[in-house]
Amino acid sequence: MIALLTRDLRLAMRAGGGFGLGLAFFLIVVTLVPFGVGPQSELLARIAAGILWLGALLSCLLSLDRIFALDWEDGSLDLLATAPLPMEAIVTIKALAHWLTTGLPLILAAPLFALLLSLPEAGYKPLILSLFLGTPALSVIGTFGAALTVGLKRGGLLLSLLVLPLYVPTLIFGAEMARRGVEGLDFTTPLLMLAGITCGTIALLPFASAAVLKVNLR
Amino acid sequence: MGLNVSDLTIARGGIKVLEGVSFTLHAGSAIVLRGPNGIGKTTLLRTVAGLQPPIDGRVEADPDSLVYSGHADGIKATLTVSENLTFWAQVFGEADISNAIKAFQLERLASRPAGALSAGQKRRLGLARLLVTGRPIWVLDEPTVSLDVEAVGMFANAVRAHLARGGAALIATHIDLGLPEAEVLDAGQFRARAAALDDFDEAFL
Repeated sequence: MIALLTRDLRLAMRAGGGFGLGLAFFLIVVTLVPFGVGPQSELLARIAAGILWLGALLSCLLSLDRIFALDWEDGSLDLLATAPLPMEAIVTIKALAHWLTTGLPLILAAPLFALLLSLPEAGYKPLILSLFLGTPALSVIGTFGAALTVGLKRGGLLLSLLVLPLYVPTLIFGAEMARRGVEGLDFTTPLLMLAGITCGTIALLPFASAAVLKVNLR
Repeated sequence: MGLNVSDLTIARGGIKVLEGVSFTLHAGSAIVLRGPNGIGKTTLLRTVAGLQPPIDGRVEADPDSLVYSGHADGIKATLTVSENLTFWAQVFGEADISNAIKAFQLERLASRPAGALSAGQKRRLGLARLLVTGRPIWVLDEPTVSLDVEAVGMFANAVRAHLARGGAALIATHIDLGLPEAEVLDAGQFRARAAALDDFDEAFL
């Protein structure tokens, strides 16, 4: 399992691995929004949390189809399926590798990007906390979507359509938590909901992803 | 140890291709599977490897004794030859890749990115993977595609050494592998008869 994780991380770092893709997309969204809505910093401060969450979600979506498609194309997935690793472990490791290469860099870069959107100071802690709690759910749900569409050529559109509705609860509670933090309100309720969603998806979805992947490999 | 297939019926895309497939593969022996294109050799091998369920019949083998190698080699282009092999060795809980490198003469290519290899060299790397898995039963789908005569010889030697160690191999191929001791199984004899639709609804699905 460690071997699979290190291989996936190494592949992501090498040329064409798409490590910087999500981060670059996030940066583009964040730098273009002020041009789009105008440079009033009080307006930006109000929408910053939502924009950051939306950017994180979309840049996560961008790299989903790579999770299984590349391994499927070159036959590694067939070979992994006959390897001694259980399928549930494979999809969990894949989701973890996806989070480490897209979610974690976004969390680390978020304070800088929040500065670009002039997020009020009170908002930083809840924003980072909400991203930290929410992005693992995005990766796990996305892995499920990727497993569903693995055999399809150009399955990206279908993947987005399948995954986006499942992302809505995470987005609602994540952005709500960050917004309440900005306004100085108590954000315990959305925090608990967000943590609950993430724990639930991590506990249940790998089994669904593994079952779907086995059907798709036939 | 061994592989026992009894009265197996398999389907591809919902259509039965082979039925009543029965054979036994003993330790130390090899079976070469022959048959025209589209007869269902790949489907049979994938079923034996457990990648798809059979419609009927049984595949009996010790757990974790099979290793499958298909048309694609599962090679990552941006990893080097030795990184690719080390990964598969670790997945299968082995550590030593030097035998595999030696058997397929990959010494000089070991530090090269796998994407820079030729088709035949990639195939050699894919076959070298079999040696690092440490599994006794090899299930191979056209292993010699794009190999030159010399590399086919390397492959035959690797199979022979594997059989001598008490392993077994089930190989689908169209060419002569230089393995006269292998038993030949013609897939054509198991070709499924076109079944009448017994489920009326099926015609409308």
